[in-house]
Amino acid sequence: MNGAPLTIRQGALWGLLGIALFLGLWIFLSVSGIVPKQFLPTPGETAARFITLLTSPFAGATLPGHLGSSLLRYLYGVLLAAVIGVPLGLLMGWFRLLDDIVTPIFDALRFIAPIAWVPFAALWFGTGIGGPVMIIFAGAFPPVLINAYRGARFVEPRLIEAARMLGTNDYRTISEILLPAAVPSIMAGLRVSAGLGWQSLVGAELIVAAAGVGFMMVQAQASVQTTTVLTGMIAIGLVGMLIDVLLRQGEAWLRRRRGLEA
Amino acid sequence: MGSIRFENVDKVFGPQSGGVKVLDTINLEIRDKEFVAIVGPSGCGKTTCLRMVAGFEAPSAGLVSVNGREIKAPGPDRAVVFQQFALFPWKTVRENIDLGLRNKGISKTGRADLIADALKLMNLESHADAYPHQLSGGMQQRVAIARAYVLDPEVLLMDEPFGALDAQTRVVMQEELVRLARVNPRTVLFITHAVEEAVYLADRVAIMSRRPGRIKEIVDVRSIRLSEDWDRHAKIEDVMDLESFVHLRTQIWRSLREEKGANGL
Repeated sequence: MNGAPLTIRQGALWGLLGIALFLGLWIFLSVSGIVPKQFLPTPGETAARFITLLTSPFAGATLPGHLGSSLLRYLYGVLLAAVIGVPLGLLMGWFRLLDDIVTPIFDALRFIAPIAWVPFAALWFGTGIGGPVMIIFAGAFPPVLINAYRGARFVEPRLIEAARMLGTNDYRTISEILLPAAVPSIMAGLRVSAGLGWQSLVGAELIVAAAGVGFMMVQAQASVQTTTVLTGMIAIGLVGMLIDVLLRQGEAWLRRRRGLEA
Repeated sequence: MGSIRFENVDKVFGPQSGGVKVLDTINLEIRDKEFVAIVGPSGCGKTTCLRMVAGFEAPSAGLVSVNGREIKAPGPDRAVVFQQFALFPWKTVRENIDLGLRNKGISKTGRADLIADALKLMNLESHADAYPHQLSGGMQQRVAIARAYVLDPEVLLMDEPFGALDAQTRVVMQEELVRLARVNPRTVLFITHAVEEAVYLADRVAIMSRRPGRIKEIVDVRSIRLSEDWDRHAKIEDVMDLESFVHLRTQIWRSLREEKGANGL
């Protein structure tokens, strides 16, 4: 990066300036009428809609209600990605044959955008919880797998040799050597996965029939309620930011803990 | 018991033809409970010799065996002490020592006793629950030695174990190892580039030539140690002052210098 490093306070100030400029541009474009009102609502209207939706339902639920449904699906999708991705990645990092079998197919599949799975997700797993969870899983799975794999594959060779000369079997080598060695890499992967999973949310909820922020936005789009769509976008952005902050804190905590212990 | 045998061992890295030949016709026999040090210039393949006994590398030609059995894979009968310790950073001292014992399927109480003995032997009792990064280099290497000794291996393989330690710690560890060898004699293959260390520790010192490494000379230290009674001196510096020690050291130095000289160094 260019320029002198900033103190946290200065950084925050510049950040606020950025937000102010963005809002200013938005106000200018919408209030002046350069962009017709039906295309871009004003920040005031959007904020009012946001506040209304906090308590009064739209498309069957309030904004917090929709967010709750979304978060639940999201949690299932990301957890599923972690539960499958971490062990599979570690196994691929240890067993060359598995690596050779899985890597080519995985390298092709991971370039398919999660939203491309929408038709099949609906067909295979339905529009209840299954279909959307699969789409979020499709977004969250690749980084977890890749990072667990790399973490295991690039463990310091001396440690593997030490484990082998101590007569350590495969199971113990994976659980007691590869896994702890890969923790930093796995954490980084989980953070990327959490972000991509959340980004897949609207796509995942294209197919749901009951609730969710994505569902709310699709319903609002049908009736050209731009303020409701924007409210959904803002909510997704804020919650995504919150998830990232929480995971960063978790990662930092883990690092500190390992700093003391490892 | 444990004996190590190299028979006409070659090692080529890379393709069999056109690769780099690092070892050429190595023949060496290490008898049960004998301490043999290999010295040689950097890159002569001395560590590769040890890695073949450990089972980390296979010979390109010839046979490496322990107790007459060809070596196929690494195993706890051939414990290794690495130069960079190779302790598991997320395990405590106790857990590091315990892993090999658990792999052997020893009961919990049996393991506790063995670990207690190993900790005592290496003066690590007060650090049993510390993590490696909380220990000094010398302490970490004590843990690595304890981890190897506790397995009761047939042979002990030490790959420049004191090379990463500062000079004072190194001397303490050398004395420690001599003490250990008295209490609990083992077949040891010890790799080093420090001539004094080799003469102080070993029964025999094998001198290797430059790459491709050959064993050019084997010097018997043990008979002189016994006839000159080096063991009556507890301190390393007293032994190193003895005329017989200096004489042997100089002999090995000359032999090594010829090797370097061959390349104009």
